[in-house]
Amino acid sequence: MWAIDPRRTASAKFADAWLGLNVGTDIALANGVAREIIHAGLVNDEFVEHATEGFEAFAAFVEPWTLDYTAEITGVPAEGIADLAHGYAQAATAQLMWTLGITEHHTGVDNVLALSNLSLLTGHVGRWGSGLVPLRGQNNVQGGGDMGALPNKLPGFQDVNDDALRARFETVWGTTFTGEVGLNLTQMFEAMATKDLRAVWVIGENPADSEADVKHARAMLEGLDVLVVQDVFMTRTAQLADVVLPAALGWAESDGTVTSSERRVQRTRAAITPPGQARQEIDIIADLAARMGAKDWGYPTAEELWEELRTVSPMHGGMSWKRLAEEDGLQWPCPDEDHPGSRFLHGRLWERPISGRRAPFSCVEHRPPVDVLTEEFPLRLTTGRVLDSYNTGVQTESFNSPIRSGEALDLSTADALALGVQAGDRVQVSSRRGSIEMTIDIDASLQTGLAFTTFHFPELADINQLTNDAYDSKSGTAEFKAAAIRVEKITEATRV
Amino acid sequence: MSDLRFSTETPTDAEKQAVDEVVALMGPATLHLDERYVVGGRQRADQRRTLLLPALHALQKSAGWVSPGGLDYVCRMLEVPPAEAYGVATFYHLLGQESPEDNDLIHVCDDVACRLFGATELMDDLAAGGHQVKASPCLGQCERGPAVLVQRIGQQDLSVVAATKQNVEAALGTQESAASVILPQQGQEGLPLLGHIGLVDPQSLESYREHGGYRALTTALELGGDRVIEEITTAGLSGRGGAAFPTGVKWRAVADQQGRPRHVVCNADESEPGTFKDRTVMEGDPFALLEAMTIAGVSMGAEQGWIYLRGEYPVAAQHLQGAINQANTAGLLGDDVAGSGHKFTVTLRLGAGAYICGEETALFNSIEGFRGEPRNKPPFPTTHGLFGEPTAINNVETLLNVLPIVRLGGADYAASGTQGSPGTRLFCLSGRVVNPGTYEHEFGVTLREVIEAAGGVADEASIRAVLLGGAAGSFVGPEQLDLPLTLEDTRAAGVSLGSGVVMVFTAQDDLVDTVRRIAQFFRDESCGQCVPCRVGTVRQEEVLVRLGRGKALPTDEALFGDLEMVMKDASICGLGQAAASAVRSAMALGLLEVTQ
Repeated sequence: MWAIDPRRTASAKFADAWLGLNVGTDIALANGVAREIIHAGLVNDEFVEHATEGFEAFAAFVEPWTLDYTAEITGVPAEGIADLAHGYAQAATAQLMWTLGITEHHTGVDNVLALSNLSLLTGHVGRWGSGLVPLRGQNNVQGGGDMGALPNKLPGFQDVNDDALRARFETVWGTTFTGEVGLNLTQMFEAMATKDLRAVWVIGENPADSEADVKHARAMLEGLDVLVVQDVFMTRTAQLADVVLPAALGWAESDGTVTSSERRVQRTRAAITPPGQARQEIDIIADLAARMGAKDWGYPTAEELWEELRTVSPMHGGMSWKRLAEEDGLQWPCPDEDHPGSRFLHGRLWERPISGRRAPFSCVEHRPPVDVLTEEFPLRLTTGRVLDSYNTGVQTESFNSPIRSGEALDLSTADALALGVQAGDRVQVSSRRGSIEMTIDIDASLQTGLAFTTFHFPELADINQLTNDAYDSKSGTAEFKAAAIRVEKITEATRV
Repeated sequence: MSDLRFSTETPTDAEKQAVDEVVALMGPATLHLDERYVVGGRQRADQRRTLLLPALHALQKSAGWVSPGGLDYVCRMLEVPPAEAYGVATFYHLLGQESPEDNDLIHVCDDVACRLFGATELMDDLAAGGHQVKASPCLGQCERGPAVLVQRIGQQDLSVVAATKQNVEAALGTQESAASVILPQQGQEGLPLLGHIGLVDPQSLESYREHGGYRALTTALELGGDRVIEEITTAGLSGRGGAAFPTGVKWRAVADQQGRPRHVVCNADESEPGTFKDRTVMEGDPFALLEAMTIAGVSMGAEQGWIYLRGEYPVAAQHLQGAINQANTAGLLGDDVAGSGHKFTVTLRLGAGAYICGEETALFNSIEGFRGEPRNKPPFPTTHGLFGEPTAINNVETLLNVLPIVRLGGADYAASGTQGSPGTRLFCLSGRVVNPGTYEHEFGVTLREVIEAAGGVADEASIRAVLLGGAAGSFVGPEQLDLPLTLEDTRAAGVSLGSGVVMVFTAQDDLVDTVRRIAQFFRDESCGQCVPCRVGTVRQEEVLVRLGRGKALPTDEALFGDLEMVMKDASICGLGQAAASAVRSAMALGLLEVTQ
C-alpha cells in the first residue's frame, strides 16, 4: 500500500510507503510514473496491444517526464517515484484508489485520466484484485449518480440529449421533457448570480457551509426568490430557506436502495418511524408533484419505483426487488434476470476478442493550481477531513469525541518559526477571496509551505471563505484542495 | 500517565540507547528516507510489535522502571499505540511503574514454600536495612528458600537462595548469583533426563558433546522427521506441563501444515508455585533443551524456535543464551543445521513476571508484544499459534524426553514407567522434606516413595498434607501416600500431577495461611480478561481471609461452592478453571477448620 498525499495523514501511516507530493502535481507524478514503467520495460505489452489505443502517442507524450524532472515538479525524490512505478507495475494485482484529493482540483478529470493511463499500461484493471476505485464519502453517492442526479444524465447514465433514449422515458412516464443539459452545482451558483436561476430546492446538501468561496455562495442563496430545503437536520442552508421540509433518514427510516462504490445495489429497510413531522422523501416529492399539477402519482412505494426504474434503465434491468433481497445486492450492469451482475466494470477489456471499444490512453498536461503562490499569498492551503468528523459537521457536531480538538490551521514547524507563531496563537488567514481568524496548530510532519485545515467547524472557522471556487469545466468541481493564503499573527495592536 | 496520546515526556539518553539497541534488531517501524518519502506502515509496525517486551525490558534495565518518556520513545520507534503499550507495560510484575528509590529492587518470595522458611522475617530485615523490597510470588527456588531476586539497574539481575540479609548484601557486592543446584540424585544410574546434570559443564558445548550430546540430533536427521514423530507417538510421550496432551499428535498436526511458516515454542515460563524442575535442567544442561528443540524443529519443518523463559531466572537465561550462541557458531543452529540443509533458529525471550504467560496462548501474546491474555480455543496452536502460524508448544521437560526417545526408540522408551504413563517424570520436592530438590522417577512410583527418596520428613507421622501439582493442583492427606504417581491413577483419585510439585507440610505449618496465600496468588495473577476469574479469585480470597481471622460467615461455604462452579465452568483458561482446586481439596481434607 502506497499513500500519495501532500500530508502524511493517519491513513498514510498505515501505508508501506508515503510520497508527499506538492499540492496539485498529481498529473506530473502519474506521467513520471508512466514514463518510468515504460523505460523499465514493465509495460504489460499483451494487454496494451489487446485492449488499448494510443500507446505510441502516449509514450512520446510522457517522454519529457524523466524521474529528475518529475521530482523537481512534484517535490518527491526520484528514488521514491521509481520505487512506486516498479512496485505498482510488478504487483500481481494492484488498485488505484482515490478520494477528493484527486477530484477537487481544476484538473480533476485529467487527474483521473492520468491515473487510468497507469492501469492501462500495466493491465491493472477489469480483473480480480485490480482496478480504479474512486472511494465514495457517503454510502450512496454512486446511487445518486445511477439514478440520474446529474445535469446531463437520465437514470442509468443515459444521455438526456439523446432523443431515442429520452423517448423511452417519455413513453413510460407519459409525458415529454426537454433534452437540454442542466446545470451542475457550480454553474447553478453562477446562474443565481445572473438571476437566471431564481428558485432552488436543496435536498440533503449544505452548500451554505460547504461551497468554496462560501461568502459568495451564501449571498447567492439569500438573493433567491424561493429557497426550499429538504433535510434531516436544520442546516445553515435550511436556516436561509423560505420553506423547510423535514425528511425521514435514508437509513433505518426509509425503504429503498443504496449503491456502494463497487456498484452494488442493496436494499435498505425502514425499521423505525421517523420522528415529528419528518416524512418519507418519496411522499414529499409526490405531494409537491401533485401541487405542481401532476395527476395519479399517489404515494408509490420504493418497490414500485424500483420496478419502474428497471424498465427504463438497462443496466438495472435484471435487478428485481426480490433478487436484490435474496442475493444480498447485485452489481450493475445486470441487464436481465438471468445475469449474475458484473464483478468487474471493465472486465470486457480482457475478453477475446475484446467487446466494445478499446480503452484510450489520454495525454494530459500538468497544470498547476489556479490560485498561484505570490509574495502576498505565499502559503498553499489545502483542506481535508479528519476521522471523526463529517463534512460541514451537520451530522457529527452533536457528539463528543476524544480525538477531536476543534478547528485549527496546521502549519509546518519551519513556517511557524518563520511567522513567529506558536500552537494556540490566533492568526488572521487571508486569501484572494476572504479573510478569517483562526488558531494555529503545529504539525511537525507537514511539508514546509503547506497549511492544512478541515472544514468541519464552519461556525469556528469559516474556511470556505478562503477556498477557491475556480473549477474544472469537465466536472464542475471546485478547486478546494489548493488555495493561496497569507497568515498574520494577531496582536492587540492589529486586532480590529 | 497519558496513555491515549503520545506524551510530551522525553527519554533519557540511556533509555534511548537501550531501546535503540533492541529496535536495531529489525530497524525502526518508520524509515524517513527523505522529507517526502517515508517507508513504514501498519504491516512493518506489526512485524516489529514483537520487540515491545524486549524494549520494555531494556528500559527497565537502564532506568529501573518504564518511565513515561521511555515508554513514549518505544511507542514512536515501534509505532505501537501508547494506550496499548501502557497496557502491556503495566501487565508485568518486573516492569516498574514508579521512579525507583534505589539501584536494586529486592524481590523476596513469600509464596507457599518460602514462607515456611522465614520469608516474611527476611523482608522485614531487608527493609530495616534500607533496601527497596517487594514481596514476590514463587521465584522457583522452593528447594532452597527463602529465595530472592534482585533486579538491578545496568547490571545483571541476581538470584540469592537460602537468603539472609547478610548473604543478599554479600551478593550485591560480588554480583554473583547463587550457584546452580546440586542434584540430590547425582551419580545415580538410570536418569534419562537428569543424568547429565552436574557432569557436563553447562556453559560448554564441547563438554556436552563429550558426554554424548548432539548424538540424538544426528540420529534424528538420519531417521527423518516423519519417523521421529512416529517414535514419539510410539513412546506415548505426553505433555509434562499439566494437560498431558499426546506430543506425537501435536507434532504430527504441525508437521502437516505444509507451506506455512511453523514454530517450535519451548514453554519455560515455569511459574507454578512450588515448581523448579525446568530451572534445574536449564541451568545445569541447557544444550539438552536446545538439542531437543532442534530435533523438534527439523522434524516438523519449523524454522523458528522460541524459548519463553520466565524473567525471574537470571542464571538459566545466561546459560541458555550462552548455549544458543555456541550452537549458532558451531552450525548446530542456523541456516544449515549440522549440515542437514534444515534451517532452525532459536530466540530466547524473557517473561517479565506474569504467571498467566505460562498458559500457551497467553505466552504467544506475550511474545507478540501484547498483554499476556489467553486466547479462546479453538483455533488451537497447531494451526493458529504464534503470530497466527502453526506452532508446537511444549514444556521444557516434555522436550527433554525427546532425547531418550530418539536414542532408545519409542518402543524401548515406553518399556519404562507404566502402560498408561510411559517414561520418567521430574518431581519438585520441597517443604518439610529432608533433602528438597528435583528428582527423576519412573511413572508409577508412589507418593510415599518419592518423599522417602528425598529423605522423608524428620518425623513421618507428622505429615499433615502434601500439595501435589502446584497451586493449581490439590492437597492430599497422609492416607493417600501410597497413591501411584501416574496420569491414570491421579486422575482416578481426582488429583493431578500438574507440574510435578510435591510440597510437604507437617503439623507445625499453618495451612490456613498457606491456602490463603494460594488464593492471594490467583487473585494477583488473574489477567483480568474474563469476569469469572477476575471477580471470582477476589471473592475466594475474601472468604479465606475471613476464615483465617476466625470470622467466616455462615454463607461462606455456599459462596465458595458457587465461585468454584462459576470459575470452573466459565473462565477462558486454566487459571480460573483451577483457581479453586487447591482450596476445595484443603477444605475436603479438613485443613481449613479453624477453632474459633
